[in-house]
Amino acid sequence: MSGKSAANLTGTAFGRAVVYALLVLVAALFALPLVWMICVSLKPPTEVLQPNFWPSQPSLAAYSEIIRSQHFDFLLYARNTLIILALSLVGVLLSSSIAAYGFARVPFPGRGLVFGVCLATMMIPFPVIMVPTYVLFKHLGWIGTFRPLWVPAWFGAAFNIFLLRQFFMQIPRELEESAMLDGCTRWGCFWRIMLPLSKPALAVVALFHCLAVWNDLIGPLIYLTHQDQFTLALGLQFLQSKAGDTPWNQLMAAASLVVLPVLLLFFLAQRTFVRGIATAGLKG
Amino acid sequence: MNRARWGNGARAVASGLLWTAPWWLGFLLFLAVPMGMSLYISFCDYPLLQRPVYIGAANYRALVVDPVFHKVLLNTAVYAALAIPLGTVAAVLLAVLLNQRVRGQSWFRACVFVPTVVPLVGTGLVWLWMLNPEYGLINQALRWISPTLDGLNAALAALTGHRAQWLTRLAAGPEWLSLPGWAMAALVLVSLWGLGSAVVIYLAGLQEIPEELYEAAMLDGASATRRFWHVTLPGLSPVILFNVIIALIGTWQIFALPYVLMRGEPGPQRSTYFYTMYLFDNAFRYLKMGYASAMAWIQLLIILALTGLVFLAGRRAVYYRGA
Repeated sequence: MSGKSAANLTGTAFGRAVVYALLVLVAALFALPLVWMICVSLKPPTEVLQPNFWPSQPSLAAYSEIIRSQHFDFLLYARNTLIILALSLVGVLLSSSIAAYGFARVPFPGRGLVFGVCLATMMIPFPVIMVPTYVLFKHLGWIGTFRPLWVPAWFGAAFNIFLLRQFFMQIPRELEESAMLDGCTRWGCFWRIMLPLSKPALAVVALFHCLAVWNDLIGPLIYLTHQDQFTLALGLQFLQSKAGDTPWNQLMAAASLVVLPVLLLFFLAQRTFVRGIATAGLKG
Repeated sequence: MNRARWGNGARAVASGLLWTAPWWLGFLLFLAVPMGMSLYISFCDYPLLQRPVYIGAANYRALVVDPVFHKVLLNTAVYAALAIPLGTVAAVLLAVLLNQRVRGQSWFRACVFVPTVVPLVGTGLVWLWMLNPEYGLINQALRWISPTLDGLNAALAALTGHRAQWLTRLAAGPEWLSLPGWAMAALVLVSLWGLGSAVVIYLAGLQEIPEELYEAAMLDGASATRRFWHVTLPGLSPVILFNVIIALIGTWQIFALPYVLMRGEPGPQRSTYFYTMYLFDNAFRYLKMGYASAMAWIQLLIILALTGLVFLAGRRAVYYRGA
């Protein structure tokens, strides 16, 4: 066993056992809070404050109670989140890939410089534009609507443009050149050749966008004013800060309802997720 | 001839502008113009409901003598100084561990990555309960090992002459979120739980280190520790620099986690009141838009300065292969 084993810390059986023990310990520590969240959510009210880790009689009672409670309208919040997600996802995919194609394939003077500016905008912290964009949306009458949360997505995002541009540059130019000789337009090349070949990169962009929308707290906190517009993240925050007397098994049930869809998505798309973070990190 | 070339150039610019339009339109509408407005507002008294009134550098002068501003600046710096070094060391070690070729490794990796996709509100809620002084798992575990901690403390007392107060408190299970120093420690702990995305980047970085380097080191009889110091760390150093810069930008903007854990309040004696939280409160709670904008510009300058500093310092320390 040469090759990859050389990178290993140790080759002995003892070393292997130590590595294994450490791995089990680390994995357990990281998984523990989420496992406990689910355990508490399955406990009956009388057992919540008991020290036992596993519920003695698991039940879904806390879930049905929290869904029916007026403090946490899960179905409405989920609907709101999905509406914002759908409207912004189409926009982010279309606009980012069009701009990325421009930066990758359409030669124009000053392109490198403009792309540099695009990359530099990733460094600008959100708080810097928080106040003026609020003022802008207030003038437009958009406060208390979903618009501030999805319209900007239609104007490309620097990180996604960067990711897609890197991917487009790896696709051989010959494909487009021969298509153009056959009379295909630029748009045709983009739409019929590049996009279908770029499904892996588009999947990364879509996945990260879904996570960002699902997790966003500060956007909905600033722009949404009525409880019946709340997203899941804002609704959960509202539940835990305003309804102090909600029992912990119900709070954990609410948290599980918000977290479990994301975990499901993660396990379905683990490869896409890991590849996305890795390319962003190594090529940046 | 000239006209034709000019025509081609104009066409190139036009098609370039057209293709990149989504980006530059958004850049102008949602970034450049708002930033310009923000700079202007930062020199104004602007209570949102009335028109902004130009007041010169008064907001900046007021910030210089604002004790709460000093407090949030210090808190944010302390948090960054704790979370970034701890997080970097832990993430590199975790990546090396998760890079070992053992059966079931994909499951171990998944366990470490999963917390990074959990919505921060969910993270906050789960950790509120984890850190609950009476019923939380953290204090349950501490009470379980408290004899060991007490023994450690006694040994320390024998060496230095007095018992460490923080160790006594730790053994008793502290009220994490209601005591100043402990609340900060709790936040750092929760931030370590979300280390997974940095680990993923380090893992990818480890795979880029050429296998021959390890083989050569083994032939020279280098131990595992020496291989880590002389092959792994230099190979990983560009990735470390990148991650530290990303972490720097992120920690100076920390908002959601303390906001959820502290229920939107500044925490005990404002000990977990961070820069962006105070900015947010100034803007949307006290409606002092001018003051908040001045804070935002100072924040941008701090982040740019620190990033530049880390980048310059890092360039000396980083080893680039082939360079």
